[in-house]
Amino acid sequence: MNNEIFSINGPVVKVKDTKDFSMLEMVYVGEKRLIGEVIGITEEFTTIQVYEVTTGLKPGEPVYPTGSPMCATLAPGIITNIFDGIQRPLKKIEEISGAFIAEGANVPALDEERLFDVKVVVKPGDALKGGDIYATCPETPLIEHRCMLSPNLSGVVTWTAPDGKYKITDKVAEIKTDDGKTVELTLMQKWPIRQPRPSKERLPISRPLITGQRVIDTILPIAKGGAAAIPGGFGTGKTMTQHQLAKWCDADIIVYIGCGERGNEMTQVLEEFSELIDPKSGNHLTDRTVLIANTSNMPVAAREASIYTGITLAEYYRDMGYHIAIMADSTSRWAEALREISGRLEEMPAEEGFPAYLPSRLSEFYERAGYVETLNGKEGSITIIGAVSPQGSDFSEPVTQNTKRFVRCFWALDKALAYARHYPAINWTMSYSEYTDDLADFYNKNVSEDFLLCRQEISNILIEENKLMEIVKLIGADVLPDDQKLVIEIARVVRVGFLQQNAYHKDDTYVPLEKQLYMMQLILNLYKNAKNAIAIGIPISEITALGLFEKVIKVKYDIPNDKLDMFNEYNAEINSAFSELMQRHS
Amino acid sequence: MSIQYVGLKEINGPLVVLDKVDHASYDEIAQIRLSDGTTRVGRVVEVAGDKVVLQVFEGTKGLSLTNTKTRFLGKPMEMPLSTEILGRVFNGSGRPIDGLGEIYPEKSMDINGKPLNPVSRTYPRNYIRTGISSIDCLMTLIRGQKLPIFSGSGLSHNKLAVQIVRQAQIAEESGQDFAVVFAAMGVKNDVADYFKRSFEDSGVLQRVVMFLNLSNDPIIERILTPRCALTAAEYLAYEKNMHILVILTDMTSYAEALREFSSSKGEIPGRKGYPGYLYSDLASLYERAGVVKGSTGSVTQIPILTMPNDDITHPVPDLTGYITEGQITLDRNLDQTGIYPPISVLPSLSRLMKDGIGEGYTRADHSAVANQLFACYAKVQDARALASVIGEEELSDIDKAYMSFGAMFEKYFISQRFDENRTIEETLDLGWDLLSLLPMSELDRVDEKLLSEKYHPERALRFK
Repeated sequence: MNNEIFSINGPVVKVKDTKDFSMLEMVYVGEKRLIGEVIGITEEFTTIQVYEVTTGLKPGEPVYPTGSPMCATLAPGIITNIFDGIQRPLKKIEEISGAFIAEGANVPALDEERLFDVKVVVKPGDALKGGDIYATCPETPLIEHRCMLSPNLSGVVTWTAPDGKYKITDKVAEIKTDDGKTVELTLMQKWPIRQPRPSKERLPISRPLITGQRVIDTILPIAKGGAAAIPGGFGTGKTMTQHQLAKWCDADIIVYIGCGERGNEMTQVLEEFSELIDPKSGNHLTDRTVLIANTSNMPVAAREASIYTGITLAEYYRDMGYHIAIMADSTSRWAEALREISGRLEEMPAEEGFPAYLPSRLSEFYERAGYVETLNGKEGSITIIGAVSPQGSDFSEPVTQNTKRFVRCFWALDKALAYARHYPAINWTMSYSEYTDDLADFYNKNVSEDFLLCRQEISNILIEENKLMEIVKLIGADVLPDDQKLVIEIARVVRVGFLQQNAYHKDDTYVPLEKQLYMMQLILNLYKNAKNAIAIGIPISEITALGLFEKVIKVKYDIPNDKLDMFNEYNAEINSAFSELMQRHS
Repeated sequence: MSIQYVGLKEINGPLVVLDKVDHASYDEIAQIRLSDGTTRVGRVVEVAGDKVVLQVFEGTKGLSLTNTKTRFLGKPMEMPLSTEILGRVFNGSGRPIDGLGEIYPEKSMDINGKPLNPVSRTYPRNYIRTGISSIDCLMTLIRGQKLPIFSGSGLSHNKLAVQIVRQAQIAEESGQDFAVVFAAMGVKNDVADYFKRSFEDSGVLQRVVMFLNLSNDPIIERILTPRCALTAAEYLAYEKNMHILVILTDMTSYAEALREFSSSKGEIPGRKGYPGYLYSDLASLYERAGVVKGSTGSVTQIPILTMPNDDITHPVPDLTGYITEGQITLDRNLDQTGIYPPISVLPSLSRLMKDGIGEGYTRADHSAVANQLFACYAKVQDARALASVIGEEELSDIDKAYMSFGAMFEKYFISQRFDENRTIEETLDLGWDLLSLLPMSELDRVDEKLLSEKYHPERALRFK
C-alpha cells in the first residue's frame, strides 16, 4: 500500500495507518526525498522527524522506507572533511546548490571517485573475526586508515585483490562466513549512529590528555578516555577553550562537532586549522580533524543527530587503535533540539520543558567515551569534551546539572574572570577533576615526582587567597599582617603568571608539561624565600621592591619553550637577591 | 489552482482553521478575501489530513466563520525586490506604505531564506569604524558580524543606533555602496518617527530601507518584519554587492510576539512562557549576517533589545548572547551620571574583533591597548567596591590611582558627544593617555617594548 503524509508540523511529519516502518528507520519523505527518521509508532500514526526544512511539503506526498536505521558511512576520506549533522558533505552540497543549502540535496557522504593506495593485509585462507583489519591505506599524511571487518561478521578469506589504487566502493576481498555466505569487502562499511560500536573490554584510565594549557594539565587534568564538561555563560570563552584544546591536545584525531552554534565560528575553525601546523608532526592540523557543522540556523532535527554522527565516526577510528578527542560545542543546543522535537510530539515535559529522558540521553552519550582494548587487540580511546551553555548562566539548570552527573571533570567558566579578561576563565574553586588520582602514576613516572607536590602547594595558595579575599573585601588589604599580604602577592603571581594563558602568544599558547613544572617550582621558590624574609621581620614593601614578582609573572613570555635551562638562572637570581636582602637586615 | 474555500471552521487569536482542504502545503501562503472586498494574507503553520491551520498576518478582527473565501497560492511568502527599495518605507510584511506605489520587482525571494552553508562563508575580517571610542577600541564592529545592543527601557539605545548609522564607515575605502536596512518591531510611533527624522536630517535616508511594524500593528506581521528586512539585506548584499548594516529594534517585542503566537497555537512553553524553539528561531534571523564567498557584499546586524527589568539572564538577551558574536551592553548607572553613550565596558564584547584589528586593519598596538584598558577598568570596579565599604580616604595609593583612572576613563573615553566622530588614531592615543595615569608597573598586559614607547606620565597631565 502507499504510505502518504498525513500531517506536517515543523520537522515532525505523521503517516496514517501503516505497518511498513520500524523504529529509528531512515526514510525519504515527499517528492523531494527529504531525509527523515522514524521516531514513534502507534497503531494509527507513524511519526517521522525530518532532517531538512519541510516548507512546501504536502499531505498525500509519498514516504519511502529504506529498511535500515540512520547510518554513518565509514571509509577513508572522513578526515579533513566537513559534514552536516547527518554526514552530508558540505563542500559537495555547495557545489550542487550554491552558498545556501537547498532541500533534498542527497549526495553520498564520501567521495566515491577518489582513489586510495590500498594495501591488502590478509591472504586467502586467513580466518577473520569482527574488527580484524583486512586492508590499510594512507588517508592523510598523519593517519593510516585501517579497514576492519564489521563487528557483526566473521569468516574465512576466499579471495583478495592485489595492492593498488581503489575507490571506496571497489571490492578488495571476499570472505565466506561461518554460515556459508559469501560477503564482498569494500573499503566502506555502514554503522547505525545510535548504536555504540563494540570493543573487547574497557581498560582503566591511566594517561592524561595533554593539552598544553596550564590550568587544565596541572590543576584540573583530563584523562584519555575521560569526559569533561565546560559550562559557561556567553562570552566566557567556551568556544575559545575548545579551539585551544582541538589545536594542541595530544590526541591522534579530533572530531569537532559544531552543534547549533555560530556559522562564522565554523568558518574560523576551517580557516585557522588549515593554516596551523601541528607542532608534533609538522603537518596541517586539518590532517587530523573531522568537522561536523550543524549551525544554529540549520534544521533542528539534524542538530539532534549530529552528536551521534560525530561519536560514531570517533568510535570507528578508535577501533583502528587511535586516540580521539571529541569537542562537542554545545551540548545544550543538542538538548534544546531534543526539547523542541519533544514539544512537537506533545510529550509530557519535565524540568524547564526538557523531556524526562534528557538525563538518559546525556548519559548514553558520555558513556561512549572510554579507553578500550579494541576487537583487534589494539588500544584506543575517546575523550569527550562537551561545552554546556547554561540558560542565564545559571549552573543549576537541568542540562548542566545532569551533565555533571556523567562527567568526572568539570571546568566551570566564570563571568567575573572573563570580564577581567582572565583567560582561560576556568574558575579554580568551582571546577574539579576526579582524574588526578588516576593519573598520579603517569605524572610521577613521566614528568617528575615533584609535579603533584607542587600542584598541591599551588592549590593551597589559591585556597588561602580565597579565604583572605573575604576579609580584604570588607576591610581592605592594608590591615593584613605581612605574611598574609605575601599570600595575596604570591597568589597574584599564580593567577596572572601561571593560570592566565595567552592563546595568541607563540610560546604561551602551548606549554609543555616540563615547563609547567619549572614555572611552579620557580613560583614556589620565590614564595619560600619571601616567607623566610618575612619571618625575620623584613617588611613586604622591601620584598616587592626587588621586582621579582613582576619578573616571575612575565616568565611565561620571557622563557621560550625550548630554552628551559633559563629557569636555573631565574632561580639563582631569586636566591641571591634574597640572601643579599637578608644580609642587609641581619 | 484557483479553488476557493468558503468559510472557516474555527478562529482562535491570530489563527484560523479550515477543513476539507485539498493538498495545502506546509508554509505556503493563502489569500483570504472578506465579503467587504478587502484581502488578508495568511501562512500555513500546520496541516493534518484535510485540516489546515493558517496564521493571519493582519489579525483576525472582523473575520467570521462564513464571510471569507480562501485561496492557496502554492508558494511560500515572498518579497518583491529591486534596487528601488532603497529610500522606501514598508510595513512589516513588506508592502510599501509611503504612498509611492508598488515596487517593480527584479526578482522575488522567499523571506525565510535558506541556511547558509558554513563552508560558503568567508570569515569576517574588516572592521567598520563607528567613530565611537568605546566601540571602536574595545568591542570593534566587524563587517559581517552580528553585534546586539543590550539596553533597557529609557536608555539611549536609539540615539546610539542613529549615531552608528550616521558615522559608520567601511574601513577600507573600496568605493562600494553602503546602505542601511532598518526594521522596527513593536516600537512606539514616535520612536519610529525619531529614526526617520534622524535619517532625513543626516541625509542618509536615500540609502535606508525601512520596515515599520509599530506597537499597535498586528503581531503576526511583527514575526515577518525581520525576515522581510533580512531578505532585502541579503538581496542588496549578495546580488548587488553592497555593504549592508541591518538595525533590528526591538528584539524583545519580536520575541513577545512569537510567544503570543505560540501560546495561541497551544504549544508547550519553555522558560518564561517562550516557546522551546526560541533559540532556533532567533538563530534563523541572526545567522543571516555574514559574508558569502563569491560576493563582495556583506550583511552586518545590530539588533537592539531592551532587557525586561534590566535582567541580562532573561531568555531574550540570554539566548541572543549565545547566538550573536558579542554584545554592547548599556548601563543605567552610567546613564544616570550623564554619560553618553552609557556603554558598560566590562560585560561588552566583540568576538570577531581579534581578527579584524591590529596591523593592516586598525593599528598595531590596538589589541594591547584594548586588553590593558579592560584589565585596568576591571580593577577600578574592585577599588570602588572596597571604597564603598571602607571609604575612599582609607584606600591604598594604588587603589586611589585606579579610582581616578576610572573616573577619567568614563569622562573622556566612554563619554562623547552625539556629533563627535573620533578617528581610530584619536581613540587609541586617548587610551594610552589614560593608561599613563597609572604607575607603569600596573600595566601587565603590554609587552615592555611597546610600553616604553607609548607610556609617558606627561600624557596624563591634562586629566589631573
